[in-house]
Amino acid sequence: MHTKVTLFVQCLVDSIYPRVGEAMVEVFRRLKVPLEYPADQTCCGQPAFNAGYAKEARAAARRFVRIFESAEAIVCPSGSCVHMVRHHYPELFADESIDYRMRVKAVGNRCYEFSEYLTDVLGVVNIGASFPAKVSYHDSCHLLRGLGIGEQPRTLLRHVEGLQLVEMDDSDVCCGFGGTFSVNYPEISTAMVDDKIDNIVATGADYVTGCDVSCLMNIEGRLSRRNTKVKVVHIAEILASRAGHNDE
Amino acid sequence: MSDVEKSAYRRDARRGIDDECLQSGLQKIQNRFGKGAMHYWAETADDGLRDRVKKSRMETLENLDVVLSMLADNIEAAGGHVYYARTAEDAVDYCRRVAVKNEVKSVVKGKSMTSAEIGLDAVLEAEGMEVTETDLGEFIIQLGEDRPSHIIAPCIHLDRQRIGRLFQEKLDIPYSEEPPELTQAARRALRKILLEADMGITGCNFAVAETGKISLVSNEGNIRMSTTMPRIHLALMGIERVAATMSDHQGMLQLLTRGAALQKLSTYVSFVGGPRQPGDPDGPEEFHLVMIDNGRSRILADEEFREVLACIRCGACLNICPVYGKIGGHAYNSPYPGPIGAVVSPLLFGINRYADLCKGESLCGACLDVCPVRIDLPRMLLALRRKLAYGDPAWQTTRHKWLEAMGFRLWRTLIASGPAYRLALRCAGLLQKPFISKSGMIKKMAGPASAWTRDRDLPPLASEPFSRRWKKKYSQAAKATSSEVDNG
Repeated sequence: MHTKVTLFVQCLVDSIYPRVGEAMVEVFRRLKVPLEYPADQTCCGQPAFNAGYAKEARAAARRFVRIFESAEAIVCPSGSCVHMVRHHYPELFADESIDYRMRVKAVGNRCYEFSEYLTDVLGVVNIGASFPAKVSYHDSCHLLRGLGIGEQPRTLLRHVEGLQLVEMDDSDVCCGFGGTFSVNYPEISTAMVDDKIDNIVATGADYVTGCDVSCLMNIEGRLSRRNTKVKVVHIAEILASRAGHNDE
Repeated sequence: MSDVEKSAYRRDARRGIDDECLQSGLQKIQNRFGKGAMHYWAETADDGLRDRVKKSRMETLENLDVVLSMLADNIEAAGGHVYYARTAEDAVDYCRRVAVKNEVKSVVKGKSMTSAEIGLDAVLEAEGMEVTETDLGEFIIQLGEDRPSHIIAPCIHLDRQRIGRLFQEKLDIPYSEEPPELTQAARRALRKILLEADMGITGCNFAVAETGKISLVSNEGNIRMSTTMPRIHLALMGIERVAATMSDHQGMLQLLTRGAALQKLSTYVSFVGGPRQPGDPDGPEEFHLVMIDNGRSRILADEEFREVLACIRCGACLNICPVYGKIGGHAYNSPYPGPIGAVVSPLLFGINRYADLCKGESLCGACLDVCPVRIDLPRMLLALRRKLAYGDPAWQTTRHKWLEAMGFRLWRTLIASGPAYRLALRCAGLLQKPFISKSGMIKKMAGPASAWTRDRDLPPLASEPFSRRWKKKYSQAAKATSSEVDNG
């Protein structure tokens, strides 16, 4: 029997890309992993933290720790949120009692990014997914540089039936999202995402995928404005696809 | 006034993005040196070097008073002069006095960012002295009355055609765009000036306390001439640019030339300091070392930012940063551009004044990975943002944006309660309806959100968030195991 997974469905997935959350549920069900979803969860606090609003971020973090503390394994379809919980929560609570800091650290240690959990914890690389298309993978910053996750999603993608993984140039270069950065400095952000899109298009891929919907939302937004045909899909959606089941 | 006009950073960033010549230069330098440095760190045999050097840098910084006094003693013992300048004005005034006392007419300079930091050239020129940059890149910048745009490659924003035209006009030579010819032309022009100069002013890559020497790294040979031929040699150093021992220095030098240009060693490394000794074939009559504080001791005293003083000024972070790679150096409006400049400029020159530098990065973390001494610039950018969010009297910083602060306070209220958060989402879902285009994307939004839709579309909020889908579709199946947390 697998450890029960507590779903941490980051706010953008909850509100804009619920299908990504559902895809994650589908994958776990197929693997017979028991699931729970704390209905009271909202946001991990990352947007405030990255903008410098540490007090506000702390309030969100304290709430997160309370809600998820009893979980055995917390899994999230977003690298940057996991990075927030694992690496920035301890910084946020550096002035707290040692007891609380240990609790925060323990929550961070039990918090996993989706592709990481599948490969490194469950030891699964083949979910029996089928996705006959040319797909390019974007490495998001906090996932790759913060958590060191780059190979795990690629391994999962390579085991998807019919999927041809085509690497783009500079897949590890930032897409230009950066939270409030993208609205405070739109011209810089756009110049960055344009490079990303040029690199994606150059691969001839039908889809671009990744493990962070925030980057994907940025890329999708610019692809759409440029009327580019490449489609955006979260890795969970690919892994949830099966032959003959063309969901969305 | 539009938002862009209000922010020099945004205005100059836009200019940089639109400048094709700059874009091509940036692409070349990033593809070669930024990626090259990452590759080198990944492949290097001595994996511990970076950590060892970082450790020795931090130890030196923690004992900086002792190390600097050892340096000063050794330089003075060799007959050199040492001056500790608390402020930029103080430093400039000392340099001016040395030059005036020695009736200097012509000053040659080796590349020095500190001289730009303190604004030295204009003061010397106002005294009627001729000031000439001898580093090829800086010479080109000076001829064009331009500003450097990179720490190591100051004229990365120019191509050889532009430089050819500049030389044709200013050096009165036939137009050429061949680098060897242009270099020869610069060399001819500079040699004459170097031979006649009375004073050489250089920066200081590193000073070595143990030996009382400063080391200067160059690939052109201009440093050797600037430091040995004029009567006076004056070196400017930020107080942090010191190694305690030659052995510390060795590691720093190795990382500097690797980080800067993938070189095992630069063409020249000059160790100088002190006037000519009996029997020396050349060397200056007087040597002055100006140790410049100008805000550095305040950084040193703050544990959150001390680490930034470990910087060896190699410029590797500029070569990897995707923001710098788009906007170029001029947008930073500081002698210190790029990621390192985004942290150091606010700390030295004012956090509010340089607020755009604190906030204008995507926090991708590439600078931390490429930094030879692993300086955590993203961490410090966040720390600077915190000061702007709440203000900090210790750093004379006031709250940067009230509206943004109010926004995050509201956000805090919403995310503190599941029901409030979901209600807000529902309201936003209704409000967005008129904005959704036929394609299903939002193409235009109002207020601050319009910055997003300027160049990008936005996928709309889903009609049913995951939380509700879970409740409807999945919660029954999971109920047996989830009840205790579901109600939490």
